[in-house]
Amino acid sequence: MKPEALLHPTPAGLFCPIGRFHVDPVRPVERALITHGHSDHARAGHAKVLATRQTLDIMRLRYGDGFAGSEQAATFGEEIDIDGVRVSFHPAGHVLGSAQIAIEKGGLRIVVSGDYKRGTDPTCAPFAPVTCDVFITEATFGLPVFHHPDPRDEIARLLTSLNQFPERSHLVGAYALGKAQRVIRLIRDCGYSEPIFIHGALAKLCDYYVGQGIDLGDIRPATMEKSDPAAFKGAVVVGPPSAFQDRWARRFNEPLTAFASGWMMIRQRAKQGGVELPLVISDHCDWPELLATIEEISPSEVWVTHGREEALVRWCELKNIPARPLHLVGYEDEGD
Amino acid sequence: MKPFATLLDRLVLTPSRNGKLTLLADYFRDTPDPDRGYGLAALAGALDLKSVKPAMLRDLVLERMDPVLFQYSYDYVGDLAETISLVWDGGRKDTIDDEHQPRLGEVVTRMNSLGRTEVRSAVRDLLDRLDTSSRFAFLKLVTGALRIGVSARLAKQALSDMSGKDVTEIETLWHGLTPPYEPLFAWLEGRADKPVLATPAIFHSVMLANPVEEGDLEKLDPADYAAEWKWDGIRIQMSSYGGTRKLYSRSGDDITGAFPDVVDAINFEGVIDGELLIGGTARSNNPTRTFSDLQQRLNRKTVTARMLDDYPAFVRAYDLLFQGEMDIRAETFFERRGRLGEVIARAPHDRFDLSELVPFSTWNELDRLRIAPPDPVIEGVMIKKKDSPYQAGRLKGPWFKWKRDPYNIDAVMLYAQRGHGKRSSYYSDFTFGVWAETADGEALVPVGKAYFGFTDAELEILDKFVRDNTVDRFGPVRAVRADPDFGFVLEVAFEGINRSTRHKSGVAMRFPRIARLRQDKLPRDADRLSTLTAMVDAKGS
Repeated sequence: MKPEALLHPTPAGLFCPIGRFHVDPVRPVERALITHGHSDHARAGHAKVLATRQTLDIMRLRYGDGFAGSEQAATFGEEIDIDGVRVSFHPAGHVLGSAQIAIEKGGLRIVVSGDYKRGTDPTCAPFAPVTCDVFITEATFGLPVFHHPDPRDEIARLLTSLNQFPERSHLVGAYALGKAQRVIRLIRDCGYSEPIFIHGALAKLCDYYVGQGIDLGDIRPATMEKSDPAAFKGAVVVGPPSAFQDRWARRFNEPLTAFASGWMMIRQRAKQGGVELPLVISDHCDWPELLATIEEISPSEVWVTHGREEALVRWCELKNIPARPLHLVGYEDEGD
Repeated sequence: MKPFATLLDRLVLTPSRNGKLTLLADYFRDTPDPDRGYGLAALAGALDLKSVKPAMLRDLVLERMDPVLFQYSYDYVGDLAETISLVWDGGRKDTIDDEHQPRLGEVVTRMNSLGRTEVRSAVRDLLDRLDTSSRFAFLKLVTGALRIGVSARLAKQALSDMSGKDVTEIETLWHGLTPPYEPLFAWLEGRADKPVLATPAIFHSVMLANPVEEGDLEKLDPADYAAEWKWDGIRIQMSSYGGTRKLYSRSGDDITGAFPDVVDAINFEGVIDGELLIGGTARSNNPTRTFSDLQQRLNRKTVTARMLDDYPAFVRAYDLLFQGEMDIRAETFFERRGRLGEVIARAPHDRFDLSELVPFSTWNELDRLRIAPPDPVIEGVMIKKKDSPYQAGRLKGPWFKWKRDPYNIDAVMLYAQRGHGKRSSYYSDFTFGVWAETADGEALVPVGKAYFGFTDAELEILDKFVRDNTVDRFGPVRAVRADPDFGFVLEVAFEGINRSTRHKSGVAMRFPRIARLRQDKLPRDADRLSTLTAMVDAKGS
C-alpha cells in the first residue's frame, strides 16, 4: 500500500480514507483525532473526538461542554481499532496532554507527530520516538538559525533583570496553554518564590495544571481593577502577549516587557514587538532537535508540515532521505 | 566577550535612557580590566579594530554550510552578522560555556596583531570558540556596524554614575586617554590619582549650552551675562602645536583633511573653539553664507580646488582653551576672550574673525534682537556668564542658547505607533501630513513624525482618538481616519527645515514636536506642502 492511500492532505486537514477520520482538522468533521489542545489543532464542532484525557479536558475548558458530539479518551500506548485501521497515541512533549498519533494498516505505519519538542519540560510527558515508515514532522522552527538555549539560562536572565531593575514590573508574555505554566514552573525551579501575578486569561488553565499535579507556587490574579501600581513594583506578571499592548497594562509600574517564545531568537522580531527582554523558550523543536529526531527515528520517508517546510525538505534531500512538504493550511502557531 | 555580548543584547532592546545607564554602569562595575575598557571604547566609537569584509564572512560560513540553507536563513533573518552568528555551529547544540570563551581584551589584541594572510583563519577560530550571542557581538565589532543607540556621552554618564565622579571631569580627560583606559578606571574606583594628560594637542570635549526655557532668565541678572550671535554653521575645535594642526568637529571627529584652506592659515599655537562657516569673515566685508553651502564641504575626505574657490571656509572664534601649552580653561569667559582677541588680531583676516558681542541691558532687549537678527545665517543668540570657566559637557546655568522661535505648521495625524517603556500601551508616535497636489488629486502627504511635546493628559486624548478611529493596521502601526471634515489636527513646531531627497515630500524638519492639539480645527484647515517649501526657500535667500 502507498502511504498516500492510508493518509493524505485535504483542505480540512490530514484524512485517513480507510478509517474515515481526520487528524487535527481545521473545519468540523465526522470523526477527529486531536494531537493537543492548542486552538489551531483542536477546534470545536466535530461530531466525534478521540484524544488524550487531558486534551479533552482542555478542549472542554476552552470551548465549553458542547465542544464535540461525543468524546473518547485515548491512553498512551493503547491500540484502538477504527474500521480496520490501528491507531495509538504517544507522548509528544509539547504541552500537557500532547500526543503523536501512530496510524497503521497492512504493515505500514505513519506517525503524525503534531507539535513536539525534545527539551525537558516538567509540565508534560517527554517525547517518545516511535518507529515508523512515514514520519510527519512539524517545521515551525525549521531553519538553521533556530537554536533554543537551555531555558534555565533564559529564566536566569529574567531574574538578573529583576535585580537590576527592582522598581519595574516585569511583564512576561507567554501563550495561555502550556507556555505560561512552563514558564511559571521554570521560574520556581530557578529558586524564585515570590508571588507571581497572572492575567485573567490564564487562570482556568493554570488551575487545571495545578489540578494535574504541577505545582506553580503562589500565583495571584493581576486583574484587580483600580489597583495601586506600587503593588506590582518589581513583580513578575505573566500574561498573553497581546494583553501587554492593551490598556490593561497601564496598571503596572514602568513595565518591562519580556516575551517567552522561540521567535525571540531573532533580534528584529523582538525589536518589532517592543520586547525589552526576549526569552528564547519554545515548546517546539529547534533545528538541531528536528534533525536529531529524523536521524533517530530513521523513517523511509519524511513529510513536512506547518512552518519553514522548504529548509527541512532541503536538508533531507542532502541526506538522501525522501521528503516532501504537505502545504497544510490553517495552523497559526498559537503555541509559540 | 560574554559580558559585552550580553550588554549589547540588552542595550539594543532597551529604549529608556535610565535603563541603558543602569545596564552600562553595572557592566563597567562588574567586568574586569582590560575587557571593560575595550567595551567602553567600542561603545564610544573609539575602538581601533582590524576590520573584516562581509564577503570574507560569507565565504567562511559557506565552507561549512549548504548555500541553499544559508540563503533561506539569511532571507529570514535579514542581517548578515546575525545570520552567521546563528548558523555557525551547523546544527549542533551550542555547548560553549561562559568561562572558556575568549575575553573581549584577548579578541581585540589578537585581531590587531594579525598579518593580512592570517585574518581568515583567526576569524574562523574565534567564531568556533564563541557562543551565539558573543559571535554576534564579535561580528558587529569587526564589521564596524555597532548600531545600538548608545552615544559616547551616555557611556561617560554611566562611568559617572558608577563612580560618583563628575561627568565634566571625565569629559575633560577623555580625549587624552586611550583604550583600555585602565588609569581612568583606577581613578574612578578610587585606587589611583586622576590621570595627567601628556600633551594638550588632542581634542578636548566642548562646552555646550542649554536651551532657554520658560522662566529661566527671569531669575538671572542680565549684567552677569554676555551675548553673542548664534551662527548656523558647525561647531569646531582647532588645535595647533609644534607644526601639527588639527580641525575637529564638536564630537571629536578629525575633519582636518576637508578644510585645508582653514588649517593652512593657522599661525598660532593653542586650542580655539569656534564656528566653521562658508563665505567671508566680518573683517573682509563679505557675507557669511548659509548652512546648505557649508554642507557642500562636509563629509568629504579631500576637497577639490574648485570647491575651495566656490565655497571658501573660515572660522568665527568663540573661545580659547589653551594659549600655547597653557591650560586657561579655568579662567573666566571674559579673561579667555581677551586673550582670544589678541590671537585672532594676529591671524589671517580672510580665514579667522572674532565672534562679536551683542550689547544688551535687559532680557527684553535681547529678545527683540534675537527675533530680528541682522543676518539671515544667525539662528539666535548665545548667553554666557561673564565669569564662567570652560567646562566640558552641558551644564545648566553658565551658558544658554536662545534660538529664534521655532517654525509652526498645522498638520493632520495620519499614522500612529505604540511607544516604548512607560508608553508601550499608548499610541504616542505620530506621523503627520499636510495637503498637496498629487497624481490622485488633492491629498494629505506625510511630512514628518513626532513623539513628544504633549502632556500626559493630551496623550490620553491622542491615544483614544487613535483607538477609536483606526482604519488600517500595518504591524505595530495604525492608520487613522483623516478626511477633509474629520480627523485630528496637530500644531507641529520644529527648529528648522531643509530639502530632502530621502523623504517623499521633499522636505525634512529638524526636531519636530507636537506644540498643541488643535481640536478646534478641521483637517481641511491644515497647512499645505507649499507653505513648507516656502519656509525652505525663505531660509536660503
